[in-house]
Amino acid sequence: MSEAMQTDPYAGERLKESPFHPRQAALNLREAWSSWNGYRFAEYYYDPEYEYFCIRNGCGTYDICPMQKYRISGADAAAMLDRMVTRDVHKLAIDRVTYVVWCNDEGRVVDDGTIFRLGEQEYMLTCGSPCLAWIRKAAYGYEQVTVEDVSDEIAALSFQGPTTCAVLKRMGLEGIETLKPFGIRRFPFQGGELMVSRTGFTGDLGYELWIEKDRGLAMWDALYAAGEPYQIQPYGEEATNMARLEAGFIMPDMEFAEALKTVHFEHDQTPFELDLGWLVDFKKPHFNGRRALLEEKERGTRYTLTKLDIEGNKPAESSWIYRDRDCTKQIGYVTSAMWSPAAKANIALAMIETEYLDGPIWAWIDYEKELRQYGKVARCTVSKRAFWAPPRARATPPPDC
Amino acid sequence: MRDFDTIVIGAGHNGLVCATQLARAGQRVLVLEAHGEAGGLARAREFHKGFKAPVAPSSHHFSPTVARALGLEQHGLKLAPPAPFTALAGDGTAPRVVRGETLAGASVEDAAAWPEFRARLQRFADALEPSWHKTMPRIAKGPVKSLLPLGQVGLRLRRLGKEDMREFLRVFSLPMRDLVDEHFEDEALKALLAWDGLIGSRMAPRSPNNAVLMMLYRMASQSHCAGTSLIHALGSAASAAGVTLETNAPVAKILVAADSKGQQAAGVRLASGEEISAEQVISSADPQTTFVKLLGVQHLEVGFSNRIGRLRCNGLVAKLNIALDGEPNFDGLESAQGRLLFAPSLDAIEFAFDASKYGEYSEQPVLEACVPTLETPELAPAGQHVLSAHVMFAPHALRAGWDEAAKADLAARALAVMERSAPGLREQMLGHELLSPVDLEQHYGVTGGHWHHTEFALDQALMMRPTYEAAQYESPVAGLWLCGAGCHPAGDLTGMAGYNAAQEVLA
Repeated sequence: MSEAMQTDPYAGERLKESPFHPRQAALNLREAWSSWNGYRFAEYYYDPEYEYFCIRNGCGTYDICPMQKYRISGADAAAMLDRMVTRDVHKLAIDRVTYVVWCNDEGRVVDDGTIFRLGEQEYMLTCGSPCLAWIRKAAYGYEQVTVEDVSDEIAALSFQGPTTCAVLKRMGLEGIETLKPFGIRRFPFQGGELMVSRTGFTGDLGYELWIEKDRGLAMWDALYAAGEPYQIQPYGEEATNMARLEAGFIMPDMEFAEALKTVHFEHDQTPFELDLGWLVDFKKPHFNGRRALLEEKERGTRYTLTKLDIEGNKPAESSWIYRDRDCTKQIGYVTSAMWSPAAKANIALAMIETEYLDGPIWAWIDYEKELRQYGKVARCTVSKRAFWAPPRARATPPPDC
Repeated sequence: MRDFDTIVIGAGHNGLVCATQLARAGQRVLVLEAHGEAGGLARAREFHKGFKAPVAPSSHHFSPTVARALGLEQHGLKLAPPAPFTALAGDGTAPRVVRGETLAGASVEDAAAWPEFRARLQRFADALEPSWHKTMPRIAKGPVKSLLPLGQVGLRLRRLGKEDMREFLRVFSLPMRDLVDEHFEDEALKALLAWDGLIGSRMAPRSPNNAVLMMLYRMASQSHCAGTSLIHALGSAASAAGVTLETNAPVAKILVAADSKGQQAAGVRLASGEEISAEQVISSADPQTTFVKLLGVQHLEVGFSNRIGRLRCNGLVAKLNIALDGEPNFDGLESAQGRLLFAPSLDAIEFAFDASKYGEYSEQPVLEACVPTLETPELAPAGQHVLSAHVMFAPHALRAGWDEAAKADLAARALAVMERSAPGLREQMLGHELLSPVDLEQHYGVTGGHWHHTEFALDQALMMRPTYEAAQYESPVAGLWLCGAGCHPAGDLTGMAGYNAAQEVLA
């Protein structure tokens, strides 16, 4: 073979493979690959619904290597993060995790993610999309803060489902049952360190495992060996999307458009619009977007992301929301919808004009039956609580563990 | 803890103007100056035993409105008619001299073109003049009447008539070279006429931007006074108004009262550790120093902080002060009155600028000089003189770094340029000092050692100066205001930023 043929002209364009790829590729029976942040990423491995039921009834793993991870450290790290996000970072104890959103100067959501406090002056921020440019901007003017993108250095695996605690115990993580939600614990692992946080994106009992990338496969093998009797199974994006919707969690490009990427005026969202007002801590004298958010709070929020229980069983995907059954007054739109097997309900998240939330709400649902298009109007009921929030998700120790 | 209504940071001329205005309105005002004397860049500083000079030796367009408002005449300020501005080409030709409306030493053709050229630009300058005194409107927010200043400018330009209005719109963003090339032949004269659009900025004759606007800014209310006498009058007016001035009192931090209701500037902490409280803090320091060093970005929005952070603040002017054993003699001049330009052509300016783009200074620097001791003899021992020069296109970020050798080298080059028109200059020299932009930054606390605190260019002018959300002198933190050259209109000894800021604080 000539040298020219050996050189891949698209080398820089090829998708990266996560440290878990050799095992995941073997299990991806359907070759259902897409991509996330430049990584080859599974939409599903075998069947999305099967994988979803693994999350709800057993356990499954979800590759979060493509998730962005930034190590933010130094004497000013806490102050820098506290100014960047809407929550009070100073309250975050060492070895604890907190869910946060951060906004631009106008109070529009740039992204959401989690902050891990790893030490006195050391934090890890994780989020779904690359955010390094914004974090560097947020660090401008602080003398003692270092921002490192460690996304490719860490092998991270989300491990979710009711049997996860039992599997981790079987894997040898002693005392894991005492780890509280949003807690972090470290375990020795084959000469290295395995960090476990009790976090996840499924609204159920679950953990996330963090280890240096070279030990990723060994960790996978140990976990899958321990999980074998529990029928441990990898799951992909589709199952994740089902589980998170039942839990009422928001997704970028579904519930919100990242503020730094929108072109049209106010086609992005504020935390209040996303029903995340509880993350906005006005007790803090300052944080980015505070002034704009305070104005919004006083003025009232135009839209509110709302959980809907919709009559019937036809998912209201991309539906318009109306004030009246005749669909003359449009008041919102559905962002995500599905039939929820766990809740046995036809559920949706929808952006609805706040002033109409108290009145009747109707959805126009388009659906297809064997290539024929149908439409129907369905009554919607606002649900205040998540559709899936089992007590085991918060219990310490978790049941059966 | 000592308490005042207002603390003004910095006793430069804008700080003093602002403080005096507020004190005259009944406020208890404290001015804190880092150095031993007030005056900022107009403060005379000893550079050779017995010889002193300020960085800004004179003002050419101090605002008569400010002078009137503060009654500066009663405090000894005399705004004299414009001083002559003389081009010394260094080639044995007669000096070209502009003084107000008159032009001497020009060719017949150039002399014929002069009156109309000058009169038209003066009409433009007069039409723009009031806008330098007005707070610029907020972008997208604020009452409709805040747009009035812009509307008034438009109206005044419209009143000039169709022909002038069209001409203004055509030329206001022209490179200086295109403008003067249209009217004049003589290279040395063209350099002279272009100079006031360029000096202090990162701009050369071929740069399109706001060089013409800068020149019009400088043509409004032209006058002359010595920098030191201006500071003297301002100090006297401040003291008469009851302003408390403390020197050797560098501010370390602007204090912010912060609770769940938000943030409010509450005073300052001095480098000595003393904390002084005030209802409001007004900073005449440059925007980067004010917001990043003194306030701290933790009190500001991310986007706003980054706009402050990317302000272009790198100075391009070095200060060369020379102690002379006697009055210097320049070819063809009876006396070295006024300002002297050592730039034989537009190309000479352009080439000198070119070097600075790549982190170097030119082998043939261009410079503007004056002999301040002719009107302020006390700056030197009797019979001796000071020559004070602005050496242009000496970049703050000199690639090789500003060490003693670099400064000695640039001083020698500048001296060589001047010697072409003043052959005996070197023999009269008793000593000298060259202050690079880095030195200016260190001695005067100005970021980048920049004349205007931050570049005066279209993107950093009017309601964009220093940046939106701070362009009305009010900062995003309640009770913290700006009043320095980094605000509208810009730098130079005009007093307008300080005056406008005081008007806003009192509004």
